[in-house]
Amino acid sequence: MFQLNVRGLSCQRAENILFSGISFALEGGAWLHVKGRNGAGKSTLLRTLAGLVRPASGVVTFSGRLGPAVRRVLCGHQAAVKRELSAEENLRVGIPGDSPASAAQVQAALTKVGLGKAASVPARYLSEGQKRRLVLARLLLQCADLWLLDEPVNGLDSDGVELLGLFLREHLANGGAAVVTSHQPLPVAVGKSLAL
Amino acid sequence: MSIFSLTLRRDLLLVIREPAQGMAVLAFFVMAASLFPIGVGPESALLRRIAPGIIWVAALLAVLLGLPRLFEADFLDGTLEQMVVGPVSLGLLVLGKIVAHWLSTGVPIVLLSPLLAIQFSLDRDSLLVMVGSLLPGTLLLSLIGAIGSALTLGLRNSGVLVTVLVLPLYVPVLVFGAGALEADLAGMDAAAHLYLLVALLALALFFAPWVTAAALRIALE
Repeated sequence: MFQLNVRGLSCQRAENILFSGISFALEGGAWLHVKGRNGAGKSTLLRTLAGLVRPASGVVTFSGRLGPAVRRVLCGHQAAVKRELSAEENLRVGIPGDSPASAAQVQAALTKVGLGKAASVPARYLSEGQKRRLVLARLLLQCADLWLLDEPVNGLDSDGVELLGLFLREHLANGGAAVVTSHQPLPVAVGKSLAL
Repeated sequence: MSIFSLTLRRDLLLVIREPAQGMAVLAFFVMAASLFPIGVGPESALLRRIAPGIIWVAALLAVLLGLPRLFEADFLDGTLEQMVVGPVSLGLLVLGKIVAHWLSTGVPIVLLSPLLAIQFSLDRDSLLVMVGSLLPGTLLLSLIGAIGSALTLGLRNSGVLVTVLVLPLYVPVLVFGAGALEADLAGMDAAAHLYLLVALLALALFFAPWVTAAALRIALE
C-alpha cells in the first residue's frame, strides 16, 4: 500500500499562477475527483503528479519518497495510439517500456474493452471512441499503482463509461489509487474531491 | 528485452509500415548529388575533385531532411509523453530511437553512395574510404540532429529552426568526413580523419542521448 502526499503545490504557466497551496493525501484504495472550470489547471495538476511539469513550489511524495517509487500512468487528452500499428501491436509494442504483456493478456484486455474482433485492425481505422477503449485496455495492462486520468470519459459511449467505472472499482479494490478530472459524475463510489 | 532494443524494434516497425517518408529522403540524396555531374559536365578530373564535398553535403542535407521524423510523430500523437512518464531510462530509449533513425536513413544513404561514386568516377579504394567515412558520419549526424530536433519540438517552423541550430554543429563532421575522402583522392592516408570522426562519434554516443532526453523533458513541460 502506498501513499501519495501533496503539500503546498502551486503551478505557474508563463506569468500567471494556475493554482497554489494545493495539499492532499491519497492512499491506496482511494480516488480523488478533481473539479474546476476550464483553464483552472486540472490537466496541469495531473501532469505535475506524473512528473512532466515541475511545480513552482510544493512537494509531491510517494510513500515518503520523491522519486518515481510507484508506477504511475497518465491518460491525457491524446490517446497515444500509433496509427500505423494494429490495436494489438499498439498494446504490445506501441510504447516501449510498458510492462511486457503476453499475447494472451493483450487479447484478454482487448476483449474486455470490446475490441476483441478489432485486434488486428490498423489503428487508423479505429473510431475516436474505439481509441479511447484501446487506452482503457492499455491501462489494464500497465499495472500501475496510481492512475492519473484526464477527462477519461471524453469520447466514450455509455457502455464505455460503465466499463471505465468497472475498471476503476477493480483498481481501487486492488489497492491502487487514482486522480481523475471529469466534468461528469463517474460510476464509482464517491471519493475525495478537490476543487481548483 | 532492454529498453534500447524494444525502442529500436518499435521504430523500425513503424518505418516499415510507412516507408514513403524514408524513401523520399533517399530519393533526395541521390537526386541532389546527381544534379552536379549533370550541371558541371562529364569532366572526370573535375568531378573527382568536387566529389567528397558534394556527396557529403548531400548526405548531410538528407539526414537533416529526415530529422523531423525522429520525435514529431510521437510528440503529436502523445506517445512521447507516455515514454517520458514511463518507468524507463529516457536516455537509452532516445538512443534506441536515434539508432533506428540511423538504420532507416543513414545506412541506406551509405548503401546508395557507391551509385554516386560511379557518377563522380571514383575508383574502388576511394569508394571504400567514402563508405568508411559515411558509416560513422551519418550516425554522428543523427545523434547531433536529435538534440536540435528535441530542442525545437512543438515549435512552429521547427524545420527552419532545426536547420539553423544543427548545421553549424554539422561542420566538424563535414570537415573530417569529406576530408577523409579528399585526403585519399590526393594520395594521402585517410586514417587520421577517420579516427577523428570516430572519436567525435564516441563523444556524441555518450552525451547526445542524455542531452536529447533533457531537451525532450523541457519540450513536454
